[in-house]
Amino acid sequence: MAEASSSSEFPKKVIYCGVCSLPPEYCEFGGTVKKCEEWLEQHHPDMHAKLYSQEAIEQNMSSLSLEAQKRAEKDAQKKAAKAASAEAKAQEQRATSKILIKRIERNKRKYVTAVQGLEAFGLDIKKVAKDFGKKFATGSSVTKVPGGGEEITVQGDLSDDIFDFLLDNYKDVPEDNVELIEDKKKKAAG
Amino acid sequence: MFKKDISPGAKSKVKSSAQRAIRSKVIEQYPKLEPYIDDILPKKEQLDLVKLPDRVSLYTLGATPLFFQHMDDPLLPHLTLVHKYPDSFQLLRIDRGAIRFVLSGATLMVPGLTSAGGRLPDDDADEEGRYGDEDLEAGEVVVVEAEGKDHACMVGVLKVGTKEMREKKKGIACEAGHYLGDGLWGLG
Repeated sequence: MAEASSSSEFPKKVIYCGVCSLPPEYCEFGGTVKKCEEWLEQHHPDMHAKLYSQEAIEQNMSSLSLEAQKRAEKDAQKKAAKAASAEAKAQEQRATSKILIKRIERNKRKYVTAVQGLEAFGLDIKKVAKDFGKKFATGSSVTKVPGGGEEITVQGDLSDDIFDFLLDNYKDVPEDNVELIEDKKKKAAG
Repeated sequence: MFKKDISPGAKSKVKSSAQRAIRSKVIEQYPKLEPYIDDILPKKEQLDLVKLPDRVSLYTLGATPLFFQHMDDPLLPHLTLVHKYPDSFQLLRIDRGAIRFVLSGATLMVPGLTSAGGRLPDDDADEEGRYGDEDLEAGEVVVVEAEGKDHACMVGVLKVGTKEMREKKKGIACEAGHYLGDGLWGLG
């Protein structure tokens, strides 16, 4: 084995596809072949030429029986469709879901601020809660909401500050999707 | 093992004594990694232990995952590490038809290894001796390559010895591994 590897340096540099994160030679199994191919063409044209040449594709196909080829193709199509629909869904969710920043009155002049809906934007609420706590130097915790799901509760009236902080620090969050709510009612006991 | 996307749990620093133990264990398990051990596990660097679901722990150096372990099972290399040092592990090869199953998380079956495109140790078609020449026992850690590809696509533990595989030519070869595109891969 040693002689086979002597020509190459270690550690080996491996290129990973920017779309599906696999090594490019495995892109064809990923379901996002089209996009992967485009990405590779842009970023590593030499590799693209090697992997996506007519010859290479034909060679790949010839090693399988006809029936297996058909099955593989069907499978690939299914996978691609699945990947596409999953992406569309995620995007739609992103567009429609809202982040709610609520000011809740605790005790006449004391408030807490609740932030809901962050997880739809691919944020880890535990981490965000920690960041809030650090930034504003207040207590910040993840609490369960009665209706299911979780929200971040920050001590103090910070709704405007959180609004700005969210937009500055989390680029994935579009401004239109953040909403401020002032809740004057006292929080129900329990 | 990592078929679903996983969310990493608590990250903690590894004690330097534990770090030394890991290092010696790695050398013991993968003797061929020894020349590169200082690159992989530098003595002075701080390793991190990330807890994953199902009692799997993952050792990382900074942001690069290195090894993972289920309870006290052998340490398995993360695929990014395998890609960097492919020749330091015991290799097997599967035929082309099996790739898509492996990449969708199926159990690796023996026919994928015994067919014309697959390679087991001491294979007649294996002229360079790339896949070793000694039969492997059940329970050994193997890195699975694929026909026509340069990089490995799976890491796992053998369920049956390679000798038995050659005789029976059916059944499960390798279960619950780490494959390209799984949850663990997504972390890296």
